[in-house]
Amino acid sequence: MTIDQLSGTFGALADPTRRAILARLALGEATVNQLAEPFHLKLPTVSKHLKVLQRAGLVTQSRKAQWRPCRLETAPLREVADWVDQYRRIWDERLTQLDNYLAELQLKEKDRDDKQ
Amino acid sequence: MTTSNSPGVTRQVGKMTITPISDLEVELTREFNAPRRLVFEAMTRPEHITHWWGSREAPMVECEIDLRPGGRYRYVIRKEKGGQVYAFRGEFYEIVAPERIVQTFEVEGMPDSIAYETLTLTERDGKTTLRARSRMESIEARDAMLRSGMEAGAAATYDRLEELLATLSK
Repeated sequence: MTIDQLSGTFGALADPTRRAILARLALGEATVNQLAEPFHLKLPTVSKHLKVLQRAGLVTQSRKAQWRPCRLETAPLREVADWVDQYRRIWDERLTQLDNYLAELQLKEKDRDDKQ
Repeated sequence: MTTSNSPGVTRQVGKMTITPISDLEVELTREFNAPRRLVFEAMTRPEHITHWWGSREAPMVECEIDLRPGGRYRYVIRKEKGGQVYAFRGEFYEIVAPERIVQTFEVEGMPDSIAYETLTLTERDGKTTLRARSRMESIEARDAMLRSGMEAGAAATYDRLEELLATLSK
């Protein structure tokens, strides 16, 4: 996944309605009408959100069935979870470096004290 | 999303613990085998920070700190490969040496990415625990922060992947 794709996924997830749509789709496929209902949204508004989600690869819409159900695609979400772990690792690495550096500093201080 | 992002689920990564406090707030804790005075110095003096804040792939190239309430700091890291530069900065609100720092943290060029950080150091039996609480202004700010932090980190990871691929293809 490239950084641009990742930004697309985050952008898509940044909106509470879109997150709610994804949460609904996690329960199973749904039509645009079914998605609009619980949020009291107009169909064009739902379609607009769905387009963003589709562009981010989070939702696909079947062309086969006449009622064209939407479904959740989990791969990009997994990618995001991986990247969140990545961020945690940055901090883990940084603080491990601090730990090692503190050990070095203490050795130096001890050296200096011993010489005095 | 995964359950690991739900508030209240503590996760251990290496020696670090991460606890999401809310949608907008997260707390990291990490113990160091050093007295608090030394940890505070290592975290607040430029000559020390340059040794640990960057990574092997993206070492720190600039570090300015004006350690006083209202003073500002600025960190710059530069990728070894490609030379991309990432700058981070903030303002100190409160400094109680050697136990507490309240500051902002933002990614330069992304004014929406601002976070409010409270760093607390406690010492016990010669060991020091760092508690870093970070609060974002909004979900958008949190995601922007995450995105930029990851871009810097991701770049390093891509390099490692590249190295691995180079080794494998030999």
